[in-house]
Amino acid sequence: MNERSTSTAAPLARLIEEFYRLPGIGPKSAQRLAYYILRMPAQDARSLSDAIMEVKERVTLCSICQNVTEVDPCRICTDAGRDRSVICVVEEPLDILALERIGSYHGLYHVLHGAISPMDGVGPEDLKVSELLARLKDGGVTEIILATNPNLEGEATAMYLSRLIAPLGVRTTRLARGLPAGGDLEYADDDTLTRALEGRRELSE
Amino acid sequence: MPLSQRLYKTEAIILRARKLGEADRVLTLFTPTRGKIEVKAKGVRKTTSRLSGHLQPLNRCMLALAQGHNLDVVTGCETLESFRALRENLDLLSRALYVAEIADRMTAEHVHNYPTYRLLMETLGRLQAAPDTDAVLRYFEMKLLDLAGFRPEVERCVTCGKALEPVDNFFVAVAGGAVCRDCVPGLAGPRVMTLNALKVLRLLQRGPYNEVARVRFTPDLAEEVEKHLRGYIIGVLERDVNSAAFIERLRRDGAHMMVEV
Repeated sequence: MNERSTSTAAPLARLIEEFYRLPGIGPKSAQRLAYYILRMPAQDARSLSDAIMEVKERVTLCSICQNVTEVDPCRICTDAGRDRSVICVVEEPLDILALERIGSYHGLYHVLHGAISPMDGVGPEDLKVSELLARLKDGGVTEIILATNPNLEGEATAMYLSRLIAPLGVRTTRLARGLPAGGDLEYADDDTLTRALEGRRELSE
Repeated sequence: MPLSQRLYKTEAIILRARKLGEADRVLTLFTPTRGKIEVKAKGVRKTTSRLSGHLQPLNRCMLALAQGHNLDVVTGCETLESFRALRENLDLLSRALYVAEIADRMTAEHVHNYPTYRLLMETLGRLQAAPDTDAVLRYFEMKLLDLAGFRPEVERCVTCGKALEPVDNFFVAVAGGAVCRDCVPGLAGPRVMTLNALKVLRLLQRGPYNEVARVRFTPDLAEEVEKHLRGYIIGVLERDVNSAAFIERLRRDGAHMMVEV
């Protein structure tokens, strides 16, 4: 993007460069965003830049559950109304949002910030695994729900964690796998169908 | 181009998958007739995707693909063999991923290579059933090196070409295989190769799998052969094999846990 620096004002060129570094933003989108900001009222632009700085300065990881938070420990970890004996282990902070949306889980969380991916060189030491084990050693936790994604990396992570946790005598459970709502049986893969059959439930009226 | 030419079907083993954009994945496939190819699978990270379950790494499946601008796009997929036992055991899974990783790294795209496809398929099947997974991996490594054109020399000394004496010799990855005692001075990174290890390497190179599977390795011998082949593979790839570190870690954890109990 060097040729643009001669025809574009230097500060604008710099803003385009900065946007270009963001995920999913190509050169054209970067230009469009930069010109949009150029035409913005000054106070809107100020508000945007403040918001960016605030995220960087005020949001940290909760020292207990590793979720992103502005107060440490986070609101979920300090909520007296939550069940402190259950920890639900997820890969990303966004997974907590999804689980909180359904509103029927009242335990605590633990965010790993990724999943074990041997081929990409991501091992347990790159995740918040030791932090999880530290929480278990304090006692009081009776169940760990492994809610990593139902794909290869998520399964590998779940198996690895259950191996680590087994000697500690804490019950480990895994989210059920089966048929998605609105899906067609004929499209289900063998693995999902097998597990759906294994995990079948009695119909109670 | 008419539509019929833009659509095609192929069998494939899925070697790896990486995220792309919001909900897509780029898959690395190994096919019987087109060699290794990369394709795009759209929307497969959503729970509503009909394809996602079929498109997990290590699956062998039949895919329908449409030629795209850059990458071909998956339009349909049906699992032929999911190697389920590999997915349900962490030790087996880590080995299967190692197999997929070196198969990926050691092959070039769009190079037809049916023997490699067959080897991959057989290896994943063997990992599910074999009592000694190390033997399966060593056989796979040696055959893959062969098929990729990097066959290590273990019949005679790489440097002087003389037949190896039935004593301890050396294995020098950068030299391309076995080196006799006379030639080893001055070579970089030599490893002592016991006579038994030499015999095993020869067996891996010559033998059908059935014969390899009959051999019982002592832990020391298994470790030595593994180190020779691993060193050689790292030399060929000019980089570490990521999944090997995870296998190593599981071994260490396993030993550690046994000590604790």
